[in-house]
Amino acid sequence: MKRRTLLKTGATAAFAAALGAPLRAQDTPMKVGFVYVGPVNDGGWTQHHHHSAEEMVEHFGDQVELVYQESVPEGPDAERVLTQMCLQGCKLIFTTSFGFMDPTINVAAQFPDVMFEHATGYKTAENVSVYSARFYEGRAVQGYLAGNMTRSNRVGYIASVPIPEVVRGINAAFIHAREVNPDVEFKIIWIFEWLNPSKEADAAQALIEQGCDVVLQHTDSTAPQAAAQEAGDVYTFGQASDMAEFAPKPRISSIIDNWTPYYIDRVQAVMDGTWESVNTWHGIGEGMVGIGEISSAVPDDIKAGAEALRDRIAAGEYHPFTGPLSKQDGTQFLAEGEVADDGLLVGMNFYVEGLEGEIPS
Amino acid sequence: MIALERRPQPSRVWSYLSPILAVIVTMVAGGIVFAALGKPPVEAIRTIFWDPLFGDFADYFRPQLLVKAAPLILIAIGLSFGFRAGIWNIGAEGQYIMGALFGAGFALAFYPSEARWLIFPLMVVAGTLGGLLWAMIPGLLRVRFKTNEILVSLMLVYVADFLLDAMALGLLRNPEGMGFPGSRNLQQYPAAHNAELIANTGMHWGVIAAIFAVVTAYILLSRHIFGFNVRLAGQSPRAAAFAGVSANRMVLICLGLSGGLAGMAGMFEVAGPSGQVMSSFNVGYGFTAIIVAFLGRLHPIGILLAGLLMALTYVGGELAQMNLQLPRSAIQLFQGMLLFFLLAVDVMTNFRIRFGRREVA
Amino acid sequence: MDLSSINPLLLLASLMVASTPILLAALGELVAERAGVLNLGVEGMMITGAACGIIFSSLTGIVWLGFAGAALGGLLLSFVFAVLTQLLLSNHVATGLALTLFGLGLSALLGQGFAEARPPAFPKLEIPLLSDLPVLGQIAFRHDGVVYLGLGLVLAVWYFLTRTRAGLVLRAVGENHDAAHALGYPVVLIRFGAIMFGGACAGLGGAYISLVRVPQWTEGMTAGAGWIALAIVVFAGWKPGRLLLGAYLFGGVTVLQLNLQAAGLAIPVEYLSMSPYVATIIVLVVLAAGRKPGSLGQTFHASR
Repeated sequence: MKRRTLLKTGATAAFAAALGAPLRAQDTPMKVGFVYVGPVNDGGWTQHHHHSAEEMVEHFGDQVELVYQESVPEGPDAERVLTQMCLQGCKLIFTTSFGFMDPTINVAAQFPDVMFEHATGYKTAENVSVYSARFYEGRAVQGYLAGNMTRSNRVGYIASVPIPEVVRGINAAFIHAREVNPDVEFKIIWIFEWLNPSKEADAAQALIEQGCDVVLQHTDSTAPQAAAQEAGDVYTFGQASDMAEFAPKPRISSIIDNWTPYYIDRVQAVMDGTWESVNTWHGIGEGMVGIGEISSAVPDDIKAGAEALRDRIAAGEYHPFTGPLSKQDGTQFLAEGEVADDGLLVGMNFYVEGLEGEIPS
Repeated sequence: MIALERRPQPSRVWSYLSPILAVIVTMVAGGIVFAALGKPPVEAIRTIFWDPLFGDFADYFRPQLLVKAAPLILIAIGLSFGFRAGIWNIGAEGQYIMGALFGAGFALAFYPSEARWLIFPLMVVAGTLGGLLWAMIPGLLRVRFKTNEILVSLMLVYVADFLLDAMALGLLRNPEGMGFPGSRNLQQYPAAHNAELIANTGMHWGVIAAIFAVVTAYILLSRHIFGFNVRLAGQSPRAAAFAGVSANRMVLICLGLSGGLAGMAGMFEVAGPSGQVMSSFNVGYGFTAIIVAFLGRLHPIGILLAGLLMALTYVGGELAQMNLQLPRSAIQLFQGMLLFFLLAVDVMTNFRIRFGRREVA
Repeated sequence: MDLSSINPLLLLASLMVASTPILLAALGELVAERAGVLNLGVEGMMITGAACGIIFSSLTGIVWLGFAGAALGGLLLSFVFAVLTQLLLSNHVATGLALTLFGLGLSALLGQGFAEARPPAFPKLEIPLLSDLPVLGQIAFRHDGVVYLGLGLVLAVWYFLTRTRAGLVLRAVGENHDAAHALGYPVVLIRFGAIMFGGACAGLGGAYISLVRVPQWTEGMTAGAGWIALAIVVFAGWKPGRLLLGAYLFGGVTVLQLNLQAAGLAIPVEYLSMSPYVATIIVLVVLAAGRKPGSLGQTFHASR
């Protein structure tokens, strides 16, 4: 880690004055950087981060200046972009994709006076926090709805990249679908990408043709919604954004990412000089995960049940991974009444009992 | 009537003048596009072409240009031999990936080893071999079955891409990575790390290899019988056959050479700037290098300059995105325009413009 | 594993739809290459077509105008390529790659305001009588108009290249431009036409993705389809009939592997995903390659 030490000392000296005291309103605006993996109008993951960033700026008005870069490849390019942001005087930088983890840690070591916030990773440092959302809570509600709404008892799942977050989502959805419908089966297609409209369309088509009448997606485009609409009696859920234009049918509900409160919180902390490295994992309760309007296509009693489930999760009365639960091979990993701890959830790389197929590895 | 007349000799003056003219024309045309997007044109052009070289933080950016240009140059040098001989390797991107997989795979197989003197040189060999073997598939298929190498090498890019996914998720996955995809970071593996040789210069072994390749290619092409044979094979395959140049051997040598250098570039990248085998590892160097090869007129010195110019537009383009909030797409458009003008103005080197005289057919 | 859940009729029907974008783009490129022009910018022209398709259809509310606009967009972009390679004698390969870069940037800029746009629904044409045929009706005669347009174009190109005088001239230009020029054929003009036909077809192919297959606009949404189209032309040995085979093979294996995945076939997903590419290579090796046009990719200057 000897790289760019020369540079570091120079840059550090330049920032020392500005960082010495908490910012006051009349000071020059604080620069906050955002590094995005996709284009800001991707309609999904990046768009929501950017939207939240803009809301954050709106909240602070003149006190904050937004600096961002879109479509940054994960790897050495990200490291250069991060360094550029530091050199240009950003005080706080959000890196909004898992693949930015090592570049963030590397650059953070060079700029100890700049604070970093890395989304969905696990490596922290003195000046690096991590944050993520408990999307699996939303998946549990989707699973409940899917299990109730399917008539063919076949539910399709368009999975993106085989990482624990996605696997957790599949498990959470499946557990709650099975709970209300013991005959339900999941058919899973992995497309190895977060956003690829053509592949998503082809995958949705294949699932529908194989008799799936509910399709869940962990990918960002509306292509599966359109495929479902064309097919007729197929239900879907919005992902990342509400996708309300497909309501009330096929889209019957959605998971919405909402990072705004967190971003406001963290920027405020830097302004107040109270920023500390934290590991944040928020869910429905804190408002980071939103459940979109359950549409009129869902019968009232099922809708009420889903809302009750949502509210119990939000209130902390119920955890979507509550035992008894077994892995695919039948070994129990949670005993009766036992609740999964975050350590287990973070690294979850197995299917629960009843799911077929293998996780790509 | 305007007509083009072939010069008896390529013009030396124009061969130097035309790239400069092209850059100037691009600045004007690009400035117009930026102004149309509501951004300050002069500042944008300055940010792209001037700031990385002489701006406030040029000490940081100049070495970054080397880091960005090195793989482009290394791959382009290899490709230039085949392109001269009429052998179309479009799949350098795949060979680049395979080089990285072989190199990193070899290093990780011996993790954690202390023997840098052994591990690192053998990684270079493994990486080169990986790219070479991958390029031998289109080579052997062409020699044995007359299968078109454009198709095979291109298709193998996608296959290599999936292999990369498979390795990042499976065999090479970091066992301490909490179940996330991606290998151990070679930057934290001293025996395998392709680090900067002198701090803050950007000089790593890949840069040195690129310079070495430029010099060697120059000597081969101008002084060695191999360079003569390559040119002969491209200009007149029949004459080459009479001169005793085996067409099949030429195919294998040229594909092997380009594959090997692309593999080497991949290995240096994964062991150094990138650090990790992950699915987003490849960012299109293999395709950009094709442009670099032709922009450099397939000449080693030209390729060196073209590679540096491309690197400049990448790094400067990033700066312009961040400082002026230019969309990334505007930068891509600008790069495309620069290439168009460079290619168009090149006509002046070999042709003279004649006015008013009708060409007699 | 439950292979019985795969319905072969539906599979064949989706194959025709999934193959249409690459079929259209490849067909245009085939004509350009038969005229001796190697345009590696198919991806750039497709993505520009995809953007133009969304723009025109959402501004006018008429899907067919979207396709017309897409063809126009692709055609205009290919005009740039034609000027550079035919008049300014630039290298085909490099110019084509630059065209791809340019097209990706241009389309993203053009499409900026249209991420939320949803094109109007595109009706299927159920061909009377034929669509009621058992088996075949379900597979082949219940598609939208562009699927049939693609098939019709294959036939038309085949007829043009092999049965008309103009097609013969075009092939002569591609085989040996110096000889064609000596015979008095306007080489540059013919190549302009071929390139622009290629651009229009690529634009249509792109628009099929953004208007029918997905339908929505996302940056870079063609995701490499243009490259596949290029490969399919080589696969076809520059013959329209085999082009159809190649596009259906690639599209078919793509759809099949997704179906096998959903059915739970016990082959690792990464290897299933590779199968369309590997299958294309293997089939080409077995079929043996066609001969490429003699002047393919070479710049032409008349005063030699």
